[in-house]
Amino acid sequence: MSDLVEIVDVTVTYWSRPGLGLRPKPFHAVKNATLAIATGKTLGLVGESGSGKSSIANALLGLVPVGSGTMRFDGQDLAAMTGGYPPEVRKRIQAVFQDPYSSLNGAMTVEQIVSEPLRVHTETGAEDRRQRAAELLSLVGLDPAHLGRYPHEFSGGQRQRIAIASALALQPRLIVLDEPVSALDVSTQNQIINLLYERQEELGIAYLLIAHDLALVHHISDRIAVMYLGHIVEEGPADRVYHAPAHPYTKALLDAVPLLDPERQRQRRAERKRETVPDLPRAADRGCAYSNRCPFAMNRCRVEAPPAYAVQEGGTAACFLLDENEKETRT
Amino acid sequence: MGRLIAQRLLAMLPLLLIVSFLTFSLTAMLPGDPADLILGDRATEAQYRMVHERLGLDQPFLLRYVQWLQRAVLGDLGTSFFNSVRVMDAVAQRIPATVSLTLASVLISIVVGLSAGVAAALRPRSWIDRLATFGATIGQAIPNFWFGILLAGVFAVNLRWFPATGYTPFGQSPLGWLSSITLPALALGLSTSAAIARQVRSAMVGVLQQDYVRAALAQGLSRRRVIFKHALKNALIPVVTVLSFQVTVLLGGALIVEHVFAINGIGSLAVAAVRQQDIPMIQGIVLVLVMIVMAVQLCTDILYGLINPKARPA
Repeated sequence: MSDLVEIVDVTVTYWSRPGLGLRPKPFHAVKNATLAIATGKTLGLVGESGSGKSSIANALLGLVPVGSGTMRFDGQDLAAMTGGYPPEVRKRIQAVFQDPYSSLNGAMTVEQIVSEPLRVHTETGAEDRRQRAAELLSLVGLDPAHLGRYPHEFSGGQRQRIAIASALALQPRLIVLDEPVSALDVSTQNQIINLLYERQEELGIAYLLIAHDLALVHHISDRIAVMYLGHIVEEGPADRVYHAPAHPYTKALLDAVPLLDPERQRQRRAERKRETVPDLPRAADRGCAYSNRCPFAMNRCRVEAPPAYAVQEGGTAACFLLDENEKETRT
Repeated sequence: MGRLIAQRLLAMLPLLLIVSFLTFSLTAMLPGDPADLILGDRATEAQYRMVHERLGLDQPFLLRYVQWLQRAVLGDLGTSFFNSVRVMDAVAQRIPATVSLTLASVLISIVVGLSAGVAAALRPRSWIDRLATFGATIGQAIPNFWFGILLAGVFAVNLRWFPATGYTPFGQSPLGWLSSITLPALALGLSTSAAIARQVRSAMVGVLQQDYVRAALAQGLSRRRVIFKHALKNALIPVVTVLSFQVTVLLGGALIVEHVFAINGIGSLAVAAVRQQDIPMIQGIVLVLVMIVMAVQLCTDILYGLINPKARPA
């Protein structure tokens, strides 16, 4: 079966706007990214800030143009639709954003927020919309009696539920979740993740879940992709990526989570101090983008960009350590 | 909403009382004796006493205030010291010109300020944004009376499109009213247009970066709907605040612009009253202007509650 979303070799480029007489400079937020999301499944996309996660989300939502590559949704090439998506596509991709304090329009009631997609994309009458909005509120665990309230009367978690209700309104096939829980406190995070998981089971929606917390992503994703400075460095089944990371950067991300045992944490911190790495993540000029921070960097890494090598337990990783020839020469 | 209005109206009462007291006491404390002006410098002691008695100036201050207030509540602001014109009649005769001038310039600044501000905000750093920002700077820097003289010179004296001076009441001829009010309203509205354009631009730029704008676009709403339904309503909240301050500024500016265009508004009445130390007239004019400003603030509060749910009482 073909995947719901197929992103192949996609590049997203922003242009700087210099003063008069200067040429605009390109900045590649995403470089040759290849990803796929299966129907009804979740792809977790992780990486530090500035790695291009949100640019992929924005490209998928049609909010920023795709520089090159193809981006298929349900067989249609979205990247070719430069003049905005047609309503049939638009309806089927929805989004939930990070900050529920800024993602809900404070001048609208919950009913207006939740039913606005219906109003714009369907012919539903006012009474039906109201009823559907009430259903959607119960679907996300809120009291339908609160339809007439305004966003400022709700807590962060509740606001995120409202945003989710609005995203569910059109029964989309894909929801782009751009850091949906990073602005919430930990106990609320779990509730929202569980809510998302349950709705997926019932409604068969695919998620693109963007986050920087690998543990949290692992919890709900079927597959995980890891981004570093615009490149997808590793992709694979969630369990494999989480428990047996193949790319040094993924390992570093996992190691960044503090350990519960103070003794082991101290030991690890000492190890980390011995490695000298630049503080600022800046892509190496040539070769692998991670080569200037990577503890395993070889000469080859500084010259050549690694292609995506297949990982034995599933997925791919863009690292020369997986090259069969390298393995031979090292042993 | 009804509760908000009732709350604000109630809060206005003590404020009105304080303002009326201040108005009364400040003018009563003016240096000099109005009797001097009436009698000239060769008056006898008896004549002074007679004038004081007639004007009620021999009474204690607080008593005078209470009596004045009692009559003011019933709509009687007293009689001018110098001619037997009733203050209320004089103000009622002059105020329509001033109010219509102010309202017309409010209207102009809303239209100009909103469109320039939104146009600039939609494309930050584009030529249209730079033009609007530059225009706003110039607009705020130019004094309104000078701009008025310039307008009169070009459009009234040279092109003869509008009358250079005078005011035609609306009741007399709506078209004549419009043509007599256009140039003064433009002159007066210039700096407010600029202030509103700046405010709209910055508020709109901020709002357009909010996630709910991104969310609305992602949900497939048209750009037009996102800009006018989602963004503008939120961007208007600070604009309403600025506008309410500006109405007060405009009312003050109207007094000067009236002079440039020789409009017999409240401005010339006020200047004459101050020059003559016509205390009842000054008090009456100030009180009426204060009430207009307070009415504007009330409207602002109501408008604020309408567009900003957070400002409504729970």
